[in-house]
Amino acid sequence: MVKEKKKSPDRPDNTAFTQQRLPAWQPILSAGIVIPGFVLIGLAFIGIGVGLFITSRDIQVLEMDYTGTEASSDCNKCAITNTKNCMCSLDFNISTLFKGPVFFYYGLTNYFQNHRRYGVSRDDSQLYGDLTNFKDPSTDCKPYRVDSNGKPIVPCGAVANSMFNDTFKLYQNVNGQRNLVPFDGKGIAWWTDYNVKFRNPSVEPLKNAFNDTVKPLFWTRAVYELDFSDPSNNGFLNQDFLVWMRRAALPNFRKLYRRITEGDYKEGLPAGNYTLEISYNYPVLRFDGRKKVVFSNVSWMGGKNDFLGIAYLVIGSLCVVMSMVMLIVYAKFKFPEDN
Amino acid sequence: MLRRSLNRLLGGDERRVDNRTIYIGHQSFPVNEAFIPPKFCDNRIVSSKYTVWNFLPKNLFEQFRRIANFYFLIIFLVQVIVDTPTSPVTSGLPLFFVITVTAIKQGYEDWLRHKADREVNKSTVKVLENGEETSKESEKIKVGDIVEVTENDTFPCDLILLQSSRDDGTCFVTTASLDGESNHKTHYTVPDIERDLQSLSATIECEQPQPDLYKFNGRMHIYKNDQEPTVRSLGPENLLLKGATLKNTQKICGVAVYTGMETKMALNYQGKSQKRSVVEKSINAFLLVYLCILVSKALVCTTLKYVWQNKPGQDEPWYNEKTQKEKDTNLYLKMFTDFLSFMVLFNFIIPVSMYVTVEMQKFLGSFFITWDKDFFDPEIQEGALVNTSDLNEELGQVEYIFTDKTGTLTQNNMEFIECCIDGFQYKHRGACSELDGFCVTDGPVNKLQQKAGREREELFLRALCLCHTVQVKESTEQARSQGEDCIDQVDGLPVEDEALQPPQEERGFIASSPDEIALVKGAMRYGFTFLGLESKTMKILNRNKDVEMYELLHVLNFDPVRRRMSVIVRSRSGDTLLFCKGADSSIFPRVRQEEVERIRMHVERNATDGYRTLCVAYKHLSEEEYAQADEGLREARLALQDREEKLMAVYNQVETGMNLLGATAVEDRLQEEAAETMEALQGAGMKVWVLTGDKMETAKSTCYACGLFQKRTELLELTVRTLEDGGRKREDRLHELLSEYHKKAVQDAPPVKAGGSRGRFFGKQDYGFIIDGPSLSIVLSSSSESNSNLYKNLFLQICQNCTAVLCCRMAPLQKAQIVKMVKNCKGSPITLSIGDGANDVSMILEAHVGIGIKGKEGRQAVRNSDYAIPKLKHLKKLLLAHGHLYYVRIAHLVQYFFYKNLCFILPQFLYQFFCGYSQQPLYDAAYLTMYNICFTSMPILAYSLFEQHICIEFLLKNANLYSEVAKNAMLRWELFLYWTLLGVFHGLVFFFGVRFLFGNPALQDNGQVFGNWSYGTIVFTVLVFTVTLKLALDTRHWTWINHFVIWGSLAFYVFFSFFWGGIIWPFQKHQRLYFVFANMLSSVSAWLVIILLILLSLLPEILLVVLRKPRGPYARKKKMVQSSEGGLQSPRSPVRPLLMRTFSDESSTVI
Repeated sequence: MVKEKKKSPDRPDNTAFTQQRLPAWQPILSAGIVIPGFVLIGLAFIGIGVGLFITSRDIQVLEMDYTGTEASSDCNKCAITNTKNCMCSLDFNISTLFKGPVFFYYGLTNYFQNHRRYGVSRDDSQLYGDLTNFKDPSTDCKPYRVDSNGKPIVPCGAVANSMFNDTFKLYQNVNGQRNLVPFDGKGIAWWTDYNVKFRNPSVEPLKNAFNDTVKPLFWTRAVYELDFSDPSNNGFLNQDFLVWMRRAALPNFRKLYRRITEGDYKEGLPAGNYTLEISYNYPVLRFDGRKKVVFSNVSWMGGKNDFLGIAYLVIGSLCVVMSMVMLIVYAKFKFPEDN
Repeated sequence: MLRRSLNRLLGGDERRVDNRTIYIGHQSFPVNEAFIPPKFCDNRIVSSKYTVWNFLPKNLFEQFRRIANFYFLIIFLVQVIVDTPTSPVTSGLPLFFVITVTAIKQGYEDWLRHKADREVNKSTVKVLENGEETSKESEKIKVGDIVEVTENDTFPCDLILLQSSRDDGTCFVTTASLDGESNHKTHYTVPDIERDLQSLSATIECEQPQPDLYKFNGRMHIYKNDQEPTVRSLGPENLLLKGATLKNTQKICGVAVYTGMETKMALNYQGKSQKRSVVEKSINAFLLVYLCILVSKALVCTTLKYVWQNKPGQDEPWYNEKTQKEKDTNLYLKMFTDFLSFMVLFNFIIPVSMYVTVEMQKFLGSFFITWDKDFFDPEIQEGALVNTSDLNEELGQVEYIFTDKTGTLTQNNMEFIECCIDGFQYKHRGACSELDGFCVTDGPVNKLQQKAGREREELFLRALCLCHTVQVKESTEQARSQGEDCIDQVDGLPVEDEALQPPQEERGFIASSPDEIALVKGAMRYGFTFLGLESKTMKILNRNKDVEMYELLHVLNFDPVRRRMSVIVRSRSGDTLLFCKGADSSIFPRVRQEEVERIRMHVERNATDGYRTLCVAYKHLSEEEYAQADEGLREARLALQDREEKLMAVYNQVETGMNLLGATAVEDRLQEEAAETMEALQGAGMKVWVLTGDKMETAKSTCYACGLFQKRTELLELTVRTLEDGGRKREDRLHELLSEYHKKAVQDAPPVKAGGSRGRFFGKQDYGFIIDGPSLSIVLSSSSESNSNLYKNLFLQICQNCTAVLCCRMAPLQKAQIVKMVKNCKGSPITLSIGDGANDVSMILEAHVGIGIKGKEGRQAVRNSDYAIPKLKHLKKLLLAHGHLYYVRIAHLVQYFFYKNLCFILPQFLYQFFCGYSQQPLYDAAYLTMYNICFTSMPILAYSLFEQHICIEFLLKNANLYSEVAKNAMLRWELFLYWTLLGVFHGLVFFFGVRFLFGNPALQDNGQVFGNWSYGTIVFTVLVFTVTLKLALDTRHWTWINHFVIWGSLAFYVFFSFFWGGIIWPFQKHQRLYFVFANMLSSVSAWLVIILLILLSLLPEILLVVLRKPRGPYARKKKMVQSSEGGLQSPRSPVRPLLMRTFSDESSTVI
């Protein structure tokens, strides 16, 4: 710029830019645009809202608390005593067909997975299969970094340590017989988590990678023993583990446990009596939490969520009402420049 | 012993001694004193601030002295030291960015300064050493060196002129780079110096360096072969300043007296004091509010955290145990660190980027003023100049305008109109001029045909020819082309024919004041031509084409206090004469009274016509009288202390008992479009005060001509004349008058609605107030404190209710006093001073905004101003268009910045209630950092540079639009509250909208659930879009840049989010956002909620825009009708046709 000035001394350039005369679009929100615009937006929103509302209404949800706080509950015995491998069951009845595929969630309340100290306490490099972090886990993992003997914990950190370890089996009671409802444990975690973000160390057999390490304190089995049957679901790639490692946003949350997609139950859970057998391990009463199981089917919008549909309907009708009000105002006062 | 005491005297106490002694050529003297070379600084100019070594620490220190930077540094340190939720990078990176950019900018500027310094310091100069010419680097010049300078070179240090190649011992100099005055100034050698400088043995005693460019006192002792040393006085006319350029002289020799950082140029180098704009004050106030919000948020969270933790099981559930260290920490310390952590988490509410954006907006925005071609004046080939960009928006807030008259309202383009000799009028113009009809009643005009005695006439003309400091210009090339221009003009305007001089006469003269040239030319018209000054001899070509020679003995310079100047000359016949010219008030008491009456009438009539009048007097000096005067003058000039006072006393003594010869009238025309400009400014609700050193009559007629006073304006006068009316004590009368006027203008008047000038359109009585210098000083410095305050209040109240105020006979300092008084009065209105001369500098510096006119009276005003424009008429666009737009832009910028950071941080605050007050950030660190730097900064910057909510033409046409933003209207607390509430509303919508959505976190059609980072990302996406679209809604003027930047920012956000989430970043400990954004976009619900929340947030805004819209143009149309009514009415002033063409002025600036 200095150079330019030297060339043509002091006379300002006569360009649209320097003279602040760039061609400009000056939007005018006149009634002629705004009122139809509002009506259109309003109608569109109402349309979407109706769609959402109906979709959400059609989604079936069955939510049951199995914490066992009440004495009548079968799980009460497990809740108050601290016995290991405590088994309890939960009976329930489905009156109409529960359309498939049915998704089986477990839920926790008053559980602060979004606590900062908790959330930080993990080592993503370790979970990426980095062996140096096996020997020397990140300091973030404190106080779940090493055990009392100074041996590194793998996977370290509070998140991994507190992995949900209740297990469930669902039986349908048909004529006094218990038919096991098959669970599908795949596809419950994010694809990218399973395929990219988490990796087992490339050591064969997997167990050897964990020499000189200890399992997390609260775990009964080491991470390489999570699923003996399926090596692709073992170690850090265990989908239950992956689901747990994705922290929930709010203190009351649910996480996907299994899908029911196979066999006779592909089309859904038929009406009838069911028993859910629970291996009750996870203590929640100490922090006044609750445990739930949720059966739900999903639609294009995900799980049941009335909020969206209602919000769309409300705002859509608000738009329409406002456009009506505006129309009246404009008709009454007839502002001269609105053509 | 003796030596030591001497040492102390000369060396150690050197700094405190008032004088310095310089040995020319470093020679020792045959005096018995021990020669101790005094220590002076070398001639190195150091304008740079830093060196390579101290740059980093010094620059960092400078930068962290800014309160904002310091705040961010503290936040950063807290993040480093305490275990905080966000990594130090989030606040460190922006801070680092800002600091680095500033450091680079300052470093670059300093490097340029180093380069310039080096260029100056390493340039070679010729120094005479032991009789030989040697070349030296400029920085090695020592005080006492004899330096040789050739034509068109600049002086390397402050020199005392010893020798000039011109015969008369003078040299010409321009000081364009010092004060911008490009005319040639004459400097003189010290008399009685031998041609051979080698054998010169002399010392100079002079004062210690001081910054005043126009003051210098010194004394030279010349030793000649054991004779008594001769003493010569040294004044500013002997001093050649560093930075000035030698002209018209082949070479000179001078001795260095001040070197390096002690030169007057270097001493003047300091920057001006910083002026702060109202907007900046508002920013600071808002900042305080936000700081309170920040602290209270942190407090609330800390408190609630500990309340919540007190419930059993919450503090430390089994799944989330504390580390040993945490358990050991003292509870109160924990609380404190928690508090700090929350502060850090929420600190983004006060964005470091706002300062950067505001600075950038101001810096870049000011280019539009320099670029504006409407400000370009083809005459002087210059446009507007911006000296500070800090005050752009202040231009849109002006309530009071203080304007100078000469050169500002008028052109300062002098033209000799008439003179009167012994009471007889000599008029060069055609007799049919309309002026004559007007003046028929005037007694002496009837004697128009009669003439004064020839002798008196010639004496008068000789006086005009001799009593001045005009030089004859030698180079002619440029002048000729100018002369041709003049001919063209003459052809175009035949009426002015006689007014303009023939071209060859036009070129001749150089003077620092245009009246002087006008007078010399006037004399030329009557047959007396000034030929020039050569070695103290003035040559005049008289009517008989004979050359008369006069020896110039003394020049008694002009100064604004005496308001006159004199010369003492000796004619060939041996008569010693004193000629004096000056303002009537300063001449009349010094001449015989019977002569006064004859002239006074003329002078007063001329003044009423708006001419600048000067009286001319002379005096014969007898031999004794002259000898006495000569001795007095020499003595006073040699004085080292109080020289001015002593000189003044001698001047006053000499200039007495003179004979009045006559008076002259010089016309100064109104500036182009002065009346239109004034009308527009008044229409914009500004009050115009004219502050002038001129006579009341002259100034009043100017005010009428510019339409400041109208025919129906009732004038309230508070002048010496009205004060002395009653024959009582002035102060009593003052009280009486003030109360009377107060009653009239304040109490009886209906309350003034916004905009002072509106009243005019509705038939309200207008008042104009006139006060003169002496009366003002009584008002300001009354005998008792309480009275003084009372008077001041009355005065201010009256003035506030007047449409225009005229203050005449003002000294420069009084001008500043008035500005200060208005500035500090109730409501502290924004003041603007505009002027062109050195006498306006004080008020330009005092006012909130100082405007300099690039006029003819040098460049001091321009140098000291904040903005400089070539003509008065440019003020209209500068204020009404540029000022208005800048204000609207920056006000919006400020409000928007606070708003966008409030709705940025509020969800983060709300999230604390859902995460056990654990300082869990809602957004990822990258988002926290980038939000203000990348995602939302450019659109608002573009807006604040290009927005024109009303187009420029419309702003210029409708001056009253200006008053819509007056009084900081867009940064009032109500509006701030509105924006804050809007921010809160948006923050609530963002957070709770997503919160309700997350009632069921299974948002994908495959039943998988979203985690906390998805939550934050959805909120953040809504936030970025809403905030940007909110700005889009506010933008009334969409240039391609706005489009590019707004849509570009949004696109960049999306692109960045994909990129950031698409890679496992090796340097990151936690891969929090891996594929979160992409996953979010695969969920229909997320899309729907984003659209919903954006619309919901903007809905009230759209409604407001729609509902407000019809009112805008509608009201504007009405106003247009109004103002055009006003426009029709205002020119209907009967006084105007006559005064339209006349102009006037100020006898105060004769030189």
